[in-house]
Formats: sequence, C-alpha cells, structure tokens
Amino acid sequence: MKPMRYDEEVLMAVSSQAGFDEASLVTQAREGDNRAFAELVKRYEAKIFRLALHITQNREDAEDVLQEAFLKAYEHLDQFQGNSKFYTWIVRIAVNQALMKLRRRKADKSVSLDEDIDTGEDTVTREIAAWDEDPEQRFSREELGEILSSSVDSLAPAYRSVFVLRDVEDLSTEETAEALGISVPAVKSRLLRARLQLREKLTRYFKRKGDDTFAYL
Amino acid sequence: MLTCRDFLAELSEYLDERIDAELRAKLERHISECPNCWVIADTTKKTIQIYKGMDAVPIPQEVESRLMQALEKKMAARSR
Repeated sequence: MKPMRYDEEVLMAVSSQAGFDEASLVTQAREGDNRAFAELVKRYEAKIFRLALHITQNREDAEDVLQEAFLKAYEHLDQFQGNSKFYTWIVRIAVNQALMKLRRRKADKSVSLDEDIDTGEDTVTREIAAWDEDPEQRFSREELGEILSSSVDSLAPAYRSVFVLRDVEDLSTEETAEALGISVPAVKSRLLRARLQLREKLTRYFKRKGDDTFAYL
Repeated sequence: MLTCRDFLAELSEYLDERIDAELRAKLERHISECPNCWVIADTTKKTIQIYKGMDAVPIPQEVESRLMQALEKKMAARSR
C-alpha cells in the first residue's frame, strides 16, 4: 500500500475534529495539533471568502486574502490572546488584508475606514414605498443573490465593511468595532446609514406593485 | 414628541432591540402615527432579514484546494 502523504493524513483526520468547540480547537492548535487548525479553517473559510469578496469586490484578490489570512493566523497563533473569539480574530486579519488589497488597487483614490465620511445627508430618506410581505419571492435565488450583492457592493467601503460584519456575518457591534479597529459609536452610525441606503436601493426591486414612492422626509 | 429625524436616528438600535422600554414606547407611538416612518422601519427590518437569510455560498472547490495546499506546505515546513 502506498504510504499517505503528510497533507493527506492531515485532511483525513480533520473530520475527527468536527465535534469540538472553537475554544478547544484553538487550544489544540496552539499545542501544535495541525488537524485542529485545519478544522478551524474548514469552519470559517466560506465566511472569510465571502467577506473578502464583499470588501475587495475582486475574486482574485479575495482568494489571496483568504490564503494570507489563514496563513498569517497559523504563523501567529501564539499571539492570539484568547480573550476574543478566534473567528473575530481571523475576521480582523482578513479585513486588514482586504483593505490593503483595496488600497493597492485604488492607489489613486483614498480608501479608509477611519476617515469621517458622515455628511449627515444620507440619513435623509428619499424613497419611501411599502414592500410586499415576502418581496424576495419575486426573484429566483440567483437573481436575488445578484441584487443583494450588487446593492451591498455599491456602498462606500466604510459602510460596506460594517454592514457585512454586522448583518451578513452576524458579529456583534462590539466585535465589529474590534475587527475593524473603529469605535462602537462609529459602528452604530455607519450601520444605520448602510441599512438605510440598502433599504432605499432594494426598494427599487421590492416595492409593492402599483405603489408609487409616496413621500419625502 | 419625537420628530421623524429623531426616529431615524434611533432606528438601528430599535430594530436590534437595544433600547430601553421608555424609548421603545416613544418610538412605537411615533410609528403608529407616522405612515412614512412605519414603512421605513418595516422595510429596513426586511432588508436586514433578507441579508441575514442570504444563502451561504459554498467556497469553490478549486479555491479551497489551493488554500489547503498552501496551508499544508506551511505545516509541513514547520514540522520538519
């Protein structure tokens, strides 16, 4: 029988780690158990890839971000404090990598999560129309996915990052602030603006048939 | 008496249920009397629900393979 390669052994053993909680896997990985680290990767790779795609808006960059984030996490696992979740930590690494890509690609434009982009004007809601009870049923799964992605991708990076972490990846306000290195009040105000802008973008697709936009605030 | 602008400023916290009972009662009184704000609250809530319910797209097989290869290379190098 042909001996298994090292990587095959690791991959085959990953399934035996699937029942462990995150904290146990991190402890085992820090003690040098590669199978435990590979299970952590399996657990979060799809979320990190989706996050990277949303921030970079470029598939090649997103794939680089995915690899760089997990390789960095593996290399620096001894620096992981354990007072936050591993997921929040890997998200923070991935967000940093993604923003670096974005800045590099848009070198002529400034892309920052720190700049004050709040003009106050975008809290003013312009398009108000009721939606159907389940408006998303009007579209196929593919069409809906396209509408949701293109709408979120059209937000400014500072709003997009907050919205994706809070409402797509389901991080808390505090975890989002930690992952992005911004304050809790900044997360709250950007989240509000992101949600209102998205609501307005989606109204174009989801408003109740026959209803016109009926008011301005 | 809350204005529409006051209501919008609290909307996120209201939808996330992170406000106290007194403010909640004020906001609910406002939307019961203001159809515009009721629609904005309802459609913003639906916006959040739709995104939260978005299908998790599985990672493409070839992307995962390249990630695991890169990782295994790093692991193998460390274990030498």
